[in-house]
Amino acid sequence: MKPTQRPKLEILSPELAHQIIDEAFLLLERQGVFVENEEALELLRSGGAQVQSNGRQVCFPRRLVEESLHQAPAEIILYDQSGSRAYLVGQDEVHFNPGSAAVTILDWPRQEQRKPLTQDVVRFVCLADKLPALHFQSTGLIASDVPEEIADSYRLYLALIFSSKPVVTGTFREASFQVMKEMLEVVRGGTSSLREKPLAIFDACPSPPLKWSRLTAQSLIDSARLGIPSEIISMGMTGATSPVTLAGTLVQHVAENLSGLVIAQLAQPGAPVIFGGSPSSFDMRQGTTPMGAIETMMIDSAYAQIGKQLNLPTHAYMGLSDAKTIDAQAGLESGIGAVLAALSGINVVSGPGMLDFESCQSLEKLLIDHEICQMAYRLIEGISQRDEPLALDLFAGIRPDYQFLTMEHTRRWYREEHLFLQLVDRSTYGDWLQAGKKTLAARAHEEVEKLLREAEPCLQDEIKLKELQRIMLHEAKKFGLTSLPAFPERLD
Amino acid sequence: MDEKQKQQLWTKMKEAVIKGDNQAAVELAKEAIQLKLDLTETIEKGFVPGIRRVGQLWEEGEYFLPELISSAECMKQAMAVLQPELTKNKDSLETKARIVIGTVEGDIHDIGKNLVSSMLQANGFEIIDLGADVKLEKFIATAQEKKADFICLSALLTTTMTGQQRLIEMLKEQRLREKFKVVVGGAPVTAQWAESIGADGYGENALAAVRIIEQLTRQRREK
Repeated sequence: MKPTQRPKLEILSPELAHQIIDEAFLLLERQGVFVENEEALELLRSGGAQVQSNGRQVCFPRRLVEESLHQAPAEIILYDQSGSRAYLVGQDEVHFNPGSAAVTILDWPRQEQRKPLTQDVVRFVCLADKLPALHFQSTGLIASDVPEEIADSYRLYLALIFSSKPVVTGTFREASFQVMKEMLEVVRGGTSSLREKPLAIFDACPSPPLKWSRLTAQSLIDSARLGIPSEIISMGMTGATSPVTLAGTLVQHVAENLSGLVIAQLAQPGAPVIFGGSPSSFDMRQGTTPMGAIETMMIDSAYAQIGKQLNLPTHAYMGLSDAKTIDAQAGLESGIGAVLAALSGINVVSGPGMLDFESCQSLEKLLIDHEICQMAYRLIEGISQRDEPLALDLFAGIRPDYQFLTMEHTRRWYREEHLFLQLVDRSTYGDWLQAGKKTLAARAHEEVEKLLREAEPCLQDEIKLKELQRIMLHEAKKFGLTSLPAFPERLD
Repeated sequence: MDEKQKQQLWTKMKEAVIKGDNQAAVELAKEAIQLKLDLTETIEKGFVPGIRRVGQLWEEGEYFLPELISSAECMKQAMAVLQPELTKNKDSLETKARIVIGTVEGDIHDIGKNLVSSMLQANGFEIIDLGADVKLEKFIATAQEKKADFICLSALLTTTMTGQQRLIEMLKEQRLREKFKVVVGGAPVTAQWAESIGADGYGENALAAVRIIEQLTRQRREK
């Protein structure tokens, strides 16, 4: 039997990829990056980087970057809450997870975006937990019924209680790191267990061009020391905060990622770091950052190729759309993105559910995108040889009324070769009419309500639950809350 | 210099701004000084028609942000040459209004704010740009100190947008609300939001911001 070929996209020629990496090294050596964090500056200084006389601009000798690349792990393994299910973040493994940190939710019955409440976040987390093609959870919605200061830790709190999947998250404030770390340790059962079996990924975003703010550099350092994987989210906008050419933006992207990698490795050699990003094509008319632009996806695919070449796990924001509601644009942009991400072998793909430039989440779209994710997974499974010979034996004894429907061979293989989706419409026109002429979005809405009817908290351990509540309440009290918003009694 | 030569010079100025040719604009401004031309007239009939045309080209969908911002920058550079001469001659060019602008605290995004700031400046407003991540107190203190007419607040995050609301509340508490017009903008900001927090205006893009501020300035004068 011949091995199955995994369909794969390599968008850059080896020569161009090589030049991008080389220019990124030179950029780090000559211009360097701006670092607004004293601890990071100290680490860099003692690591042999040159801090310029302005005290902020740091140039990285090539050797230092190469050393860090050598130290960083090529693969990371995340574990779910039970600690039994492992997810390899590396090689060409693809893990879809919902796009994170939306500030609004698309309220389907009301047909408008609004601020999410605790109840919405819980529904969202429960839904994502139930969808098998979403391997990770993300802190996808920001609840507006708690003070801004705890917005970051509160979303993790809800994700840990209502889902058992690994979580992609991050801090909005420096002080929140401690709280979020404590919650992860409670769930995992201590600092060393958390290091052994990582449960969460923390995003750290450099400010383009070429700057690490105090907050994000600190998150990198703190995560590195605890063995929490950091995902570096470089986000140049072509022609606005990075060069207008795709190749030019890639040079900056690679340089920013590598500078973060060095900071993490200096804080803790061997620290897990994911080569990621959320760059975008900048719309020169609207001044917006379309995530659904084909150029955005081309940049994503290209930097992931480079990340792989540098032997690092990869991440991208793909499988999302800039549409404001669930329309054809929402489907086409999310579909193209998810497929390209899968073909590019990107390890962590954040995006499903998202609309409106990473600002809005929709439960209905999450469900639709879940079908896209399943199709993308099927695509990269490729076409396998199941039989030897492939088909010749199946035609033995062929007659004019010959068919395959009742063949044992068909029963043997149809479920493995073909994907059965829930929501996409493959009925006849007559059946569709009879079922009420429902659009995909309308069917998704019904399905969301059905799935959520049966949802309940995942974290069953009373002691851990109490401890999480204690930590969260303690934090909330610092900002004027006397109690936490109640969990919804029913989710439908 | 006869009228015809002046006309030719003005045409060149207009074209320099339309093309975003900084070097040409600066040289033309210097030439006007050397020739001892009436500088107020030079600005009004040479450079200003250029930036107006740029606005039109934007509205028509011909120009995109790179052209728009380059022309605004070009206008600024020409003005930087002319301004000291105007001051020296005590020949003050009438500024339409004085504006304190910045991105609110907690928010480091300043592309949008810079666009608005450049366009306002190019259209004859006096701009005091406080940059990004600006403390709300600083907006108010600067506006008072410089006797500004407007406070313009940018916010690119929904988490910092509330700073716009707080600033208006602070103005009210300090009984200063009537002294300044407050105009808000930024990606997550909408006309509804602006209205709900009691802002005087909202610009959904740089040109819309110029329009609303011009309109508010006229209203202020008419009062």
